[in-house]
Amino acid sequence: MTARGRVLLFGAGAVVVAVFFGLSCGELPRFGATAHPYGDRAVAASLAHRTANVVSSVNFDVRAFDTLGEESILFATVLGATLLLRLARDEQVRPAPAEGVLPTTRLLGIVLLPLALVVGVYIVAHGQLSPGGGFQGGVVLATALHLGYVAADYRVLERVRPLAVLDVADSAAAAAFTVMGLAGLAAGGAFLKNVLPLGTFNQITSGGTVPLFNAAVGIEVASGVIVLLAHFLEQAVEMSGPPEGGGSAEEEH
Amino acid sequence: MGVLVYLAAGWMLLVALYGLVTSRNLVHAVGCLSVAQASTYVLLLAVGYRDGATAPVFSDLAPGSRPLVDPVVQALALTDVVVGATVTALLLALTIQLRKRYSTLDPQALTGLRG
Repeated sequence: MTARGRVLLFGAGAVVVAVFFGLSCGELPRFGATAHPYGDRAVAASLAHRTANVVSSVNFDVRAFDTLGEESILFATVLGATLLLRLARDEQVRPAPAEGVLPTTRLLGIVLLPLALVVGVYIVAHGQLSPGGGFQGGVVLATALHLGYVAADYRVLERVRPLAVLDVADSAAAAAFTVMGLAGLAAGGAFLKNVLPLGTFNQITSGGTVPLFNAAVGIEVASGVIVLLAHFLEQAVEMSGPPEGGGSAEEEH
Repeated sequence: MGVLVYLAAGWMLLVALYGLVTSRNLVHAVGCLSVAQASTYVLLLAVGYRDGATAPVFSDLAPGSRPLVDPVVQALALTDVVVGATVTALLLALTIQLRKRYSTLDPQALTGLRG
């Protein structure tokens, strides 16, 4: 199909989608309407389980089963990327060169890296209280470690990033989520049931199992993102393959 | 104002799809897909909005003192962001392999099937 034909076909399809989407928008509840039956029930459920952050309560208590699926998707992605970006037969890994950086950049890294790690742990640990949680804090933790790459060089990043440990941590955290769900089944009669003491509202030990699920997801996201980025960085920094175009034996032009 | 927010989400989706259809670079196409995904965030959060409401977080708010936006769609948007990030990562990994094996990033140049 020519490029022009493709655009024409898209145009026809887009008009149909636009018309029906526009019509259905008229039938949606008014923007800013006050009736949110599910929202009201979620807020009530969150207050009943003494979880101050309602979004965390929805994700790790009411809809914990969906979050199990979500973190499984993340785990599968890490596996998939590991598989896709593995070393091919015609590629070699060469050690990354040491690189010089400005002293000010290095200072920024030294100051910022521990600070960012603490912020990441804080966001994971306070997921049941304030905006944040395992997913957000995990990404902060993973990013913090990569300050080592930005402010120093790839060798430093490799030293602060024990990939073998992180691979195991990723799997163990993913498994821990399921095991905690099974513990809920054993203790409370329902998979992923919030069976722990609920604690005092708006204290760090509130919300029952919500902080534990947040911690498991935080470890999984942090190690998963680091492993994922490690594979991409390996491609960019360390890989030396055959010249442009890969397997030239397969190319027929 | 009422319908405009929903229409903006639809507009974002169509713009992203146009970008996908006319894309000449797979990295650009992955970006377009992220924009398409972002349109769902706009739609979800628009559905959850409530006039004069604040965030559904009680760390600095007495329960019942103010109306809250719908936390369910916010949780859905969070799920959406995570899944979007994983899809982007996998597609970029595939793009790297395509670049290695076919020495092009132009989806329109990838025509033949090779075993």
